[in-house]
Amino acid sequence: MVTVGIPRALFYYYYFPLWRDFFRQLGAEVVLSAPTNKKIVNQGVALAVDEACLPVKLFYGHVVDLIGKVDMIFLPRLVSTARKEYICPKLMGLPDMIKASGIALPKLIEVNIDMSKSDRALKQAALALGRYFTNNELRILRAWNLAKFSQQQFEYLQADSGQLALEALELWNGESDYPRLQRQEERPRIGLLGHGYNIYDRYISMDLIQKLQKLGAQVVTAENIPADIIEEEAARLPKRMFWTLGKRQIGAAFHFLKRPDIIGVIHVASFGCGPDSLVGELIERHMRRAKTMPFLFLTIDEHTGEAGVVTRLEAFWDMISWRDAQCR
Amino acid sequence: MPVTMPHMGHLYIPLKTMLEYVGLEVIVPPLCSKRTLSLGTQNSPEFACLPLKINLGNFLEARELGADTIVMAGGLGPCRFGYYAQIQREILRDLGVDMKMVILEPPDTSMRHLFEDIRLLANGHSWFTILQAIRVAWYKARAIDLVEMKLQEIRPREQQPGGADKIFERFLRDVEKVNQKSHIYQMAEDVIAEMEGLPQIECYEPVRIAIVGEIYTVLEPFVNLNMEKHLGRMGVAVRRSIYLSEWINDHIFKGILPLKSNKVVRKLARPYLNHFVGGHGWETVGSTVEHAQLGFDGVIQVAPLTCMPEIVAQTILPRVSNDKDIPVMTIYVDEQTGEAGLITRLEAFVDLIKRKKQLKKEVMNT
Repeated sequence: MVTVGIPRALFYYYYFPLWRDFFRQLGAEVVLSAPTNKKIVNQGVALAVDEACLPVKLFYGHVVDLIGKVDMIFLPRLVSTARKEYICPKLMGLPDMIKASGIALPKLIEVNIDMSKSDRALKQAALALGRYFTNNELRILRAWNLAKFSQQQFEYLQADSGQLALEALELWNGESDYPRLQRQEERPRIGLLGHGYNIYDRYISMDLIQKLQKLGAQVVTAENIPADIIEEEAARLPKRMFWTLGKRQIGAAFHFLKRPDIIGVIHVASFGCGPDSLVGELIERHMRRAKTMPFLFLTIDEHTGEAGVVTRLEAFWDMISWRDAQCR
Repeated sequence: MPVTMPHMGHLYIPLKTMLEYVGLEVIVPPLCSKRTLSLGTQNSPEFACLPLKINLGNFLEARELGADTIVMAGGLGPCRFGYYAQIQREILRDLGVDMKMVILEPPDTSMRHLFEDIRLLANGHSWFTILQAIRVAWYKARAIDLVEMKLQEIRPREQQPGGADKIFERFLRDVEKVNQKSHIYQMAEDVIAEMEGLPQIECYEPVRIAIVGEIYTVLEPFVNLNMEKHLGRMGVAVRRSIYLSEWINDHIFKGILPLKSNKVVRKLARPYLNHFVGGHGWETVGSTVEHAQLGFDGVIQVAPLTCMPEIVAQTILPRVSNDKDIPVMTIYVDEQTGEAGLITRLEAFVDLIKRKKQLKKEVMNT
């Protein structure tokens, strides 16, 4: 059986169920790179240019981790996942960047996913992907529909039953048959903003989510908010936000501002992230103007030390729980 | 309503001409300076790219001179420039600076919005006058580029450095005042002849370097720390990948004039970069290939720190450099960049290129 490697980085945290089931239905075995570790970080940092952001550097590391273990590596060019929106220039150039790095790569599964002009482009992309395995279009489309169902379940788990992506992903990545699903308890809630590949990566986020949970908080992320609410909130901006992830952050931030059960908001961004340099600024300004929501902005890169983050988190937590107790 | 605009190289000359043509009072912000930079940096998000900060500084300085309306461009992404005006408006609001922003957005769903904004700016003038204004502005942009190309050629050959630069500065001041096509081009011709008449070093063949990269840092001498001038003094003939008039032709006239077009350059970027990445990333890779083919001796990529499209290009350029045997250096600029440090890097790069060229010549002769 042919093995397809998927780097456990970037959009793995958003689309893994879709990708896994699609390749499986087409008769491939899906292999994930190891969870981010020191070796992967170091390899990524060594291969990428210094100016690249941490998630892109990590992607290099995860690709290297897969070499020798798989027959093919899935390396899509994610241009856009919604009309008139983009992900990020670096993701649009990623396959070319990886190829220019001089790593000896196995066969690549490449496809352009560009839904900026039309949604139909997605089906075309699926057909193009499927042709790496079979010429039977019907089989490809059937695999695609089943995979889409999987993806819907994944998104439902997050948006409707409040699960966090990392735990929900365990249902698909085979790490646990019984995922540690978060019980919706009456605990103080913290809104956590940030790109999925930063906040759900336990290594580079330094277990941020688990740390917050240990402190006694229930974490709510942008993925836990239904898409229509995000759209509606983000539409309050005078100009449509053209970065998909940026729109999600800002929509979630506006939504958090309205929710009385959220006692503080943390925004995590990687150093040098282009969209976040502006989106973060907008969020911060709106939070400051509202004057009702404690806000912490954390920048992470490969040099960030855990002790410093812990100190800031604890200080923030102490402050907001004290404030919350006073208000009650 | 006295209007102002952001600075980008010599853009202020055609833009001022255009706005004055439709009867607006125009306040050009003071040319970018240390003060512009500190005003901008103080009030901008730390990790935003440099042009946003400089432009904000321009607006604040223009405000001091009495401007109350800003003409700014928008964009559809994924480059950050498309959201600049939104962020700047929020910053000005929080600073309590009351300035109106007219943001010219490229047509998204319909042309109506853009036309309405233009009509609003043109305060009641007919479309005929508006088109006239655009034409005159275009002639100026083109004339300035033609003279500047000559300047880049003359600089390394000058016996007395600085002479051609003085002529160019005088030309910039003079060309602002004339508004007729024939006068503009006549003026450019005279200035070019004057530059050619300067005493030059005989039989000197300069090293040729192309400057490629992000449009703002390529065009604005204040942020690239007069890179072109320094290279010229080191005996280097410079060409840029972007000239304002070519950019206008590509993006505003949609390439109807027979000038060098970015379409050709984008094709050259294959197979190194196969998709557009926003900003000028694609063109940076393509231009590097183009100038290697044209026999240039080196390429310098310049961009603001954290510029996303240029990071993609930077990652790919070493491979182009290897394949096409052309030295490439990347220079990022931000508010911390110092001129002395830049000169050292330029000198080292030029020395290496000269040596490489010499070695090649020796190999050819033996």
